[in-house]
Amino acid sequence: MAEPVLLLEGVFKSYGNGVVTEVLKGVDLRVERGEFAALIGPSGSGKSTLLNILGLLDRPTRGRLTIAGEDTAHLDDAGLTRLRGRTIGFVFQFHHLLPGLSAVENVMMPMIAATGRTSKEMVPRARRLLERVGLGEKAGARPNALSGGQQQRVAIARALALDPPLVLADEPTGNLDTKTADQIFEVMREFNRELGVAFLIVTHDPRLATRCDRTIDLVDGRIVSDRRRAGP
Amino acid sequence: MPISWFLALRFFREGRLQSVLIVVGVSVGVAVMVFLSALIDGLQTSLVAQTLGTQAHVVVRPPDEVARPMLASSEAVAIAARVERTAQRSRSIVGWQQVVEGLSAIPSVTAVSPTVTGPAVATRGNATRAVVLYGIDPERFAGIYPIRERMVAGRFEPTGTGCVIGRELALDLGVGEGDRLRLGSVEGASEVYTVAGVFDLGNREVNRRWVVISTRGAQTLLDLVGGVSSVDLRLRDIYSADEVAADITARTGLIADSWMKTNAQLLVALRSQSSSSQMIQFFVILAVAMGIASVLVVSVVQKGKEIGILRAMGVGRSSVLWVFLIQGAMVGLIGSVIGTALGTGLGVLFAGMVRNADGSPTFPVTVSLALVARSAAIAFFTGVFAAALPARSAARLDPAVAIRNG
Ligand SMILES: Nc1ncnc2c1ncn2[C@@H]1O[C@H](COP(=O)(O)OP(=O)(O)OP(=O)(O)O)[C@@H](O)[C@H]1O
Ligand SMILES: [Mg+2]
Repeated sequence: MAEPVLLLEGVFKSYGNGVVTEVLKGVDLRVERGEFAALIGPSGSGKSTLLNILGLLDRPTRGRLTIAGEDTAHLDDAGLTRLRGRTIGFVFQFHHLLPGLSAVENVMMPMIAATGRTSKEMVPRARRLLERVGLGEKAGARPNALSGGQQQRVAIARALALDPPLVLADEPTGNLDTKTADQIFEVMREFNRELGVAFLIVTHDPRLATRCDRTIDLVDGRIVSDRRRAGP
Repeated sequence: MPISWFLALRFFREGRLQSVLIVVGVSVGVAVMVFLSALIDGLQTSLVAQTLGTQAHVVVRPPDEVARPMLASSEAVAIAARVERTAQRSRSIVGWQQVVEGLSAIPSVTAVSPTVTGPAVATRGNATRAVVLYGIDPERFAGIYPIRERMVAGRFEPTGTGCVIGRELALDLGVGEGDRLRLGSVEGASEVYTVAGVFDLGNREVNRRWVVISTRGAQTLLDLVGGVSSVDLRLRDIYSADEVAADITARTGLIADSWMKTNAQLLVALRSQSSSSQMIQFFVILAVAMGIASVLVVSVVQKGKEIGILRAMGVGRSSVLWVFLIQGAMVGLIGSVIGTALGTGLGVLFAGMVRNADGSPTFPVTVSLALVARSAAIAFFTGVFAAALPARSAARLDPAVAIRNG
């Protein structure tokens, strides 16, 4: 079997040093390249915490995290930042676009971060991504001038800017109406099918969860069920 | 464009009102600094120039004659209080030609003028005035005093029996160019001179007292044939006068008075003026630094979430640090450019407003390149330093926390 894009072994995470709250209580998880998985669970069960750890924004208290074959334990801050930029795209519940940048500049941001400077070649690639999410016309617009759904499309385009093997999405449709949520979901699905990008999507929407290839259920810091549906 | 520059420019543009306000604040601060410095520099330069318009930088004269009581030393102590300074009659510097040669050889000395000077009386009809004779070589004298440019009538030609006098004396005696007057010394000699020209050195007392004639004429009148009573010097750096004077005394045994000693009070006043201006500038810089820092601190707090996102996008800590340092530097630089322009403009305006009776500026407001460069450098570094703290806190933001709190 090919190397998984994500491998989590016995991960614990607790917060606080006086009163310690253990949020993750031993999580093992393996995500293959090209998977399209939903992470569900009640509020407060630790989904966002888990996603932050997977996204290298936070470190586990205990346990091993391997991303694209690279063990993350020995990496320093700069190393984590580099690995994150190369391998992981983020989509958040709130689009989290930079208000001072145009749509196309927001999409360029991971490329700029990766090379440390802006360059002209980034623009056409960012524009192509925006076209793919159906926002070719809005390249120059500021996030504030876009609707919630459009903002989230820009955020998805941004997550894919560096062609990462994995995109982590934390309730990407949580703030959208059903119709828009479906559209956003479809955009992600397309990227998954056409480019083979793996997605791990946190969602509270059971309807969307059932449309994923895999459903991981996190309850009180433990994975209680992990079901794969038979291929399409 | 490097990422930090790109983001700094975008942030700067995004917080338009904040950016404008803080740039205005820095500009005003820099303007105050430039204006104050220019004003005080100008004021001091013109005060010193005015003072030195009628004073040599260093005057070398023979040592005082000391009355020596013919007593044993123990008794001399008791009686010393009663020993008076002898009345100083005009005396010559021994071997003055060599002295002049020696003084001319000092590198910091730019002009040397041997002078025969002493008290005299000027008479015209029944008007009589006490004056001071200056017997000089015109060429050398003009190297010390800006007298050629200050002639109000006639020419500066104190040769033969021609004399050059000040405006007030001319008025007092009722003489003008071509008129005659009699000069008599306390030694009893007297001679009729013709007024060759009238000067105005900008100092009433000088204009009233100075009578400039030829060296030979003064030597005759003051009974000092072949001698000179003092040597006037002009220096390249006026503030080296004390050292040069001390050096001359040590080497020749002659008395050397520097203008700095003669005008000690003026210098003390100038110095305290400078230090109070420096203090004001220091507080202005402090206020500017606080302004920049507070704006950036607020901006870091406001942008906490965005910084977290940037970090999640793969932007490194050091880049985040630089984004804010650059913003501080930018604010400092833009502010210093606008501020120097504003301060210079203010100075020019001020110089134009405050004028003498004759319409000439009271004093030049001097905005030197050095001043501009210094202010710009101060504003720049103030900006960077003020940004350091907020930049550090921005770089230390935990992206996970920043995003969660969004
Ligand atoms: N930085 C933190 N310090 C202390 N406790 C934290 C911290 N972050 C999360 N927690 C706690 O960890 C638990 C899990 O939080 P998390 O955000 O991962 O839940 P979640 O599954 O994403 O919930 P939701 O569905 O509401 O988004 C919560 O009880 C929360 O209070
Ligand atoms: Mg959550």
